[in-house]
Amino acid sequence: MSSAPAPQAAAAPAPLGSEPAPLVRRILLQGRYETVTMLRNGEQLILAVILPLMALIGLAVTPLLDGLGHSRVNIAVPGILALCAMSTAFTGQGIATGFDRRYGVLRFLSSTPLGRTGLIVGKILAVLAVLVVQVLVVTAVALPMGWRPEAAGLLPALLLLVLGAAAFTSLGLLVAGTVRPEATLAITNLLWILLGALGGIVLPAERLPALAQAVVHFLPSGALGQALRDALLTGTVNGFAVLILLLWTALAGAAAARWFKWN
Amino acid sequence: MRSPESPALAIQGLIKDVGPVPSLDGKMLRVVSDVSLVAERGQVTALLGANGAGKTTTIECAQGMQKRTGGSISLLGQDPDTAGAELRSRVGVMLQDGGLPPSARPIPLLHHIAGMYKDPWPVEDLVARLGIESFSRTGVRRLSGGQKQRLALAAALAGRPEVLFLDEPSAGLDPQSRQLVFDLIGELRDSGMAIILTTHLMDDAQRLADYVYIIDNGRNVAEGTVAQLLRHELTPDAPGGNVRTLLFEAEPGLDLTGVLPAAVDVRETRAGSYSVSGALTPADLAAVTAWWAARGIMPASMSLAARSLEDVFLDISGRETR
Repeated sequence: MSSAPAPQAAAAPAPLGSEPAPLVRRILLQGRYETVTMLRNGEQLILAVILPLMALIGLAVTPLLDGLGHSRVNIAVPGILALCAMSTAFTGQGIATGFDRRYGVLRFLSSTPLGRTGLIVGKILAVLAVLVVQVLVVTAVALPMGWRPEAAGLLPALLLLVLGAAAFTSLGLLVAGTVRPEATLAITNLLWILLGALGGIVLPAERLPALAQAVVHFLPSGALGQALRDALLTGTVNGFAVLILLLWTALAGAAAARWFKWN
Repeated sequence: MRSPESPALAIQGLIKDVGPVPSLDGKMLRVVSDVSLVAERGQVTALLGANGAGKTTTIECAQGMQKRTGGSISLLGQDPDTAGAELRSRVGVMLQDGGLPPSARPIPLLHHIAGMYKDPWPVEDLVARLGIESFSRTGVRRLSGGQKQRLALAAALAGRPEVLFLDEPSAGLDPQSRQLVFDLIGELRDSGMAIILTTHLMDDAQRLADYVYIIDNGRNVAEGTVAQLLRHELTPDAPGGNVRTLLFEAEPGLDLTGVLPAAVDVRETRAGSYSVSGALTPADLAAVTAWWAARGIMPASMSLAARSLEDVFLDISGRETR
């Protein structure tokens, strides 16, 4: 029996093989993609924006921060900004990376021209982009509540936020890359609550139990919270806190580079 | 023999240790001990083996996703452990578990992946070729296994790769998706792509592969075209490719001794199921049916099968389950 030839669909557009898109374009694409993914995720938004705003309002209406020489809002806002950095860079980014690892997303994306380095840089860009949104939202809410930051401390505060985000991103990647995603979920959420309440991030050390006072200055939470308060309340740069944050970034970054498992 | 000039992928004496493994007192476990293979452009090369044989580890070393312990790998003339974006751009990878973010939607995801390439396969064309329109508005986590595999294949093809790695490509595919994917693999092969796939399914290898490497226990134990492997000698008594197996079901306990030549293997595999295997001739078949007729036996079923790749595979890699 004779039959008409089957319709010949075009195969892959020839010739095979594409060059990669330029490095900067690949990284920016990944940064945008991860930012949109984070901002579309309801749980991430609660963690990144709603909870910090609730904490801000809570600190503004209760006497927890009274008697420290500044208005409640002025003391609260730097800590809330530090909390935002921890939410996004550590808990949010850590959980997302942990599950990406579980589902093979890290392996697949690192097989594309993006590569492992591009993937990590894209995640860092996404953390910074979400942090910008958080700073804008917190500022928009805090200014009408009477927040008046020290002008000389604004630029140092922004740089400190970036440094804090770097420290918490390194820690988040270290957790996400070494334990199961369920454990990452538990660890990063638990630490968010513990460090948020007792880590010197929103409550200054002098309002914490004596035991906590001794250690919070060495924690990334306490260092970032105190450094931002110093910058935005008095316009000074806390050199010791900067050193602590640099140390955490270097140690956690090196540990993540050494022990991060891609699958 | 395969052509010696610049294959798409050449692996020589691959060794891969993983660990340390706690159950081995912290020693390293050798998951690949000696794998060598060559994959040519315009061919489908299959790595066939049981689960845990070392297939996935082998191709992950070839992709540079795992660092090898020993041996050499040349992927498009480069060492995958040290190559960068330029090499990754020419190689497509479809992972066994898809590797797609669960919250993503298919079309934006494909556009995102395509953006990593300077001159990608147009997304609209890929979507049409793989029938992705029908689920383009569904999030990855709600896709069926077949839909997920088709999307993962589209993502692997986004850069019009010269080399395409497929890890268990028919896992979770319904028959329609399987046909679609297999047809596309054939076309890609014809357009000059080197396709390297792993599978534990004989049928996949038999339908798709131009050349098959059988991997067992971390080493390759046999290789050849499907036709060559089918001619592999099973037993000294059954030379050539003329082995046939007659399977039938009838009452239990039948004794066929003396009905057939001694070289033919007759056994009751379980009560009432019989296997007659060897270089069967038409006269052998006639002898069996005449024997039934003389005793008034009407089998409940009977079938005659040529040797399958599965027989060869089991013969080579041993029948014990691991």
